[in-house]
Amino acid sequence: MEYVLIIISAVFVNNILLSQFLGVCPFLGVSNKVSTAVGMTGAVTFVMALATLITYLLQYYVLVPLHLEFLQTVSFILVIAALVQMVEIVLKKISPSLYQALGIFLPLITTNCAVLGVAILVVTKEFTFGGAAHYLNLGQSVTYAVASAIGFGVAMIIFAGLREQLDLNDVPKSFKGVPIALVTAGILAMAFMGFSGLV
Amino acid sequence: MSKLNIITRGIIKDNPTFVLLLGMCPTLGTTTSAINGMSMGLATMCVLILSNIVISAVAKFIPDKVRIPSYIVIIATFVTVVQFVMQAYLPSLYETLGLFIPLIVVNCIVLGRAEAFANKNGVIDSALDGVGIGLGFTIALTLLGFVRELLGSGSIFGIKLIEGDGMLAFVLAPGAFIALAYLIVLFRKITTKKS
Repeated sequence: MEYVLIIISAVFVNNILLSQFLGVCPFLGVSNKVSTAVGMTGAVTFVMALATLITYLLQYYVLVPLHLEFLQTVSFILVIAALVQMVEIVLKKISPSLYQALGIFLPLITTNCAVLGVAILVVTKEFTFGGAAHYLNLGQSVTYAVASAIGFGVAMIIFAGLREQLDLNDVPKSFKGVPIALVTAGILAMAFMGFSGLV
Repeated sequence: MSKLNIITRGIIKDNPTFVLLLGMCPTLGTTTSAINGMSMGLATMCVLILSNIVISAVAKFIPDKVRIPSYIVIIATFVTVVQFVMQAYLPSLYETLGLFIPLIVVNCIVLGRAEAFANKNGVIDSALDGVGIGLGFTIALTLLGFVRELLGSGSIFGIKLIEGDGMLAFVLAPGAFIALAYLIVLFRKITTKKS
């Protein structure tokens, strides 16, 4: 049951993009077309799940026993950067077609704050899914990461669809490009606010 | 380029928020009030100046292939320093800004300046560039926080000016996007008229 709550909460209620503002740069940058939005979502889901798994283990089996918690930020970002590089090399060898599809998005993910954000959140924040506040265990952390990535994807794909329509409209000159996209994102965020109180 | 130019360029021509549109996550996430926005801007400015100085000083000794990871380690070190200083001396502010303090590491502005300016220029110029871009970012965040606080809760820097509750939406997520959109439009209007 708790897992269901985590998924609903991360996808809709506390959507990582529209209510926590993590990963806004790629959200504005690569959401011009639905197809690129789908590619980006795939790459983010993959890296986010792996990164959360590894940083969780790093935190509880290396940093905490050795009392090196102050290295959290440095070590997490290094893990993510190395992971992205590795995923890129492995994908190139194993599945060139997938690499073709995700390739250009992978280097961008290192500086996607959603990945580092979720990795830090699951080890520092106490969640209150179904009762008392507690830190997430490994399974819940990875579930939370995957669900957050899906939430990222849902928002991203809806937004890309809206932006494709937006291109066909006559927008005032000063609003062209990012400002009108931000207004659209604001209205979308308002729609997602309708989910609040669900969990 | 004169020293003064380096600073003013970061505030107007290359304003990181309104023109370059970098570092959107902290811009939207922390500006629920003017004071929060300003603190976030100042914290980022500290990291930016320190990392610009160190990177411009050591850039010659770093092999080209490992330069990005090296920059990230340098930036992450300073972020950790700022994080602990804030935790010790400004604990309540640290609580409010929360996750966005460690996330300065992945703020595109910091790495962007390292890559675009600090590794090609001298230490003093890089420090000034950090001051300029940092000020531009701080001003933008303070302005956005100012607008959101005024509309959302009717107060400025915590001083209540308008009675009542205000439009709560501006403190929450949707208002962040919309307020930023209108500020960018205004900034564009003003700067294009001048030139």
